[in-house]
Amino acid sequence: MPDQLLYAAEVMINGLMAGVLYALVALGFVLIFKASGIFNYAQGVLALFAALTLVGLQEGQVPFAHLINAAFGTEVHHFGWQLPSIVAILLTVGVMILLAVAIERFILKHLVNQEPIILFMATIGLAYFLEGFGDVMWGADVKTLDVGLPQGGSFWIEEKTAVLGGDGFYGFFIDKLDIVATVVAAILVISLTLFSQYSKQGRALRAVADDHQAALSVGISLRFIWVLVWSIAGFVALVAGIMWGAKSGVQFSLSLIALKALPVLMLGGFTSIPGAIVGGLIIGVGEKLFEFTIGPMIGGATENWFAYVLALLFLVFRPQGLFGEKIIERV
Amino acid sequence: MFYREAGDFKTSYSEDSQTFPIRFDRYRYYAVLVVAFAVIPFVVDDYWANAILVPFLIYSIAAIGLNILTGYCGQVSLGTGGFMAVGAYACYKLMTAFPDVSIVLHVIAAGFITAGVGVLFGLPSLRIKGFYLAVATLAAQFFLVWLFNKVPWFYNYSASGQISAPERTVLGIAVTGPETTAWAKYLICLLFVVVLAWAARNLTRGTIGRSWMAIRDMDIAAEIIGVNPLKAKLTAFAVSSFYIGIAGALFFAVYLGAVEVGEAFGIQKSFLILFMVIIGGLGSIFGSFAGAAFLVLLPVLLKNVLVGGMGWPTDLAAHIELMIVGALIIVFLIAEPHGLAQLWRIGKEKLRLWPFPH
Repeated sequence: MPDQLLYAAEVMINGLMAGVLYALVALGFVLIFKASGIFNYAQGVLALFAALTLVGLQEGQVPFAHLINAAFGTEVHHFGWQLPSIVAILLTVGVMILLAVAIERFILKHLVNQEPIILFMATIGLAYFLEGFGDVMWGADVKTLDVGLPQGGSFWIEEKTAVLGGDGFYGFFIDKLDIVATVVAAILVISLTLFSQYSKQGRALRAVADDHQAALSVGISLRFIWVLVWSIAGFVALVAGIMWGAKSGVQFSLSLIALKALPVLMLGGFTSIPGAIVGGLIIGVGEKLFEFTIGPMIGGATENWFAYVLALLFLVFRPQGLFGEKIIERV
Repeated sequence: MFYREAGDFKTSYSEDSQTFPIRFDRYRYYAVLVVAFAVIPFVVDDYWANAILVPFLIYSIAAIGLNILTGYCGQVSLGTGGFMAVGAYACYKLMTAFPDVSIVLHVIAAGFITAGVGVLFGLPSLRIKGFYLAVATLAAQFFLVWLFNKVPWFYNYSASGQISAPERTVLGIAVTGPETTAWAKYLICLLFVVVLAWAARNLTRGTIGRSWMAIRDMDIAAEIIGVNPLKAKLTAFAVSSFYIGIAGALFFAVYLGAVEVGEAFGIQKSFLILFMVIIGGLGSIFGSFAGAAFLVLLPVLLKNVLVGGMGWPTDLAAHIELMIVGALIIVFLIAEPHGLAQLWRIGKEKLRLWPFPH
């Protein structure tokens, strides 16, 4: 095979891996949108918050240390213990569930029956709040997240694929972390699909998504379902936060991946879990290939906007996305 | 006691449909104009102009622009920052290409250029709606910022990639460049604000404004009763972008003087202006002012209290500010989804009856 083609193939594989990570964030969006019709802008910040909490718990940071120091002139920063990863992850899941309860209690409960756009704005407000809250609680410095996931390029794949090309070709460079992320994403999607198809709560969840009032009238607790959905979304955010955090450190830019997840959603359709995955893969591969082929001609850094423009052009032809339900409007 | 309709008789239709039908309101409006034009320019100093008044005026223009699109026509846009960048760069290119033409004309021309770009990015709104459109406008935001970063022609091949405003004068008084006095900055912005707000107010209560509102309330129904959605949506995008472009041009030329596009016109700016519109009140010109004032004053106030008053570090204050802004947005949406403008309306109703509410 000619080297150029092999490079393109490598770019494509890496794009697929990046796409999986986008899809992980998009998954959280879809879950909440399906169950409550809320377009949850805060999903990215949830991921950031989850990752911050995980690192903070793991390293035994004192929450609000900065604030306490400023207010009382003390010098606290760490408790001085190191929690094992699994304990820290479980604790973080607990925190995310608490957060879901708080969100339902203080925000959603009061906004029942409001227009979708108002709810969307509320989640933007929530995103701001959580971003500030996370920083105040755990500090705004860039943190490294290490929960024992394998990292670095896989030499095995490099060696095995090096034979494909000529002398100048050293094999595909694929990050082990990306492979882990792909596996985790696959497990998540399968288990979420099984959960929503076969469990009692899953059925209730789909009922609420179909029709709030009808669900209420057969005795499904709307509030419980919302807490449940936001907890699951919090859990998905935690997984996404771990993957992204391990890849590029836990920092503010983590919350910006939420913006990247939006075109993924538009491509796949807001209401479809497989759509989120396929959309993520298309965007991931598309932007990497575009950057690889056209990028150098027009100055590079096209990854910033390619996904949006692709989604925009796509929507003009199919407004509900690839797998979305057909939008029917009545007067 | 003083906010009375009694004795305020209308004898013609034009009197009946004026913007401020109550006499007291009208006088208050004139009084505000007199103070703004004849008092503040003489007392304003650099700190007040740069920290509060000039940003307030410029953000007001941008908020009015976004309010026309989102509040009146119902098309949510997250591309405000990108459109402001178009205004700024158009103004810069015009200023450097035609140094002899008045800066006022440049700013207005920048508005028209932005309107053209806005219509272009508004075209998808004919097919896609709601959130899909909001996300589609993000394409404008990221693409435009990238474009101004990557194409050297836009920043005249300057080494830093920044654009900086050369000195320009109006009637012999410098309004851009480093020599500008505080009152000149303030007055030029004020002039634009007054003219544009007046135009917006009258546009929104005329035919075109009504067709926007019909589209906002239900586009299919509006189409059936004979509102042309193509025309209504695209004019909304054009007028809105015109305002936002002028705000961007003033933001760059008068307020900042030198601009790096990613920093000044990033996605954060889009959200800031969206918040102004929401907190102020969707579909209200007064609300745009109130929202802009609120979000310009809040950080200054918080900074003074937390950093100045309590001696906390600035980064902590910035995070707490984020929390407060976020919480306030949620509180506003829960307590009063129609924003400060609605509070103002309720207050006025109370005042009309006060002190005998029954």
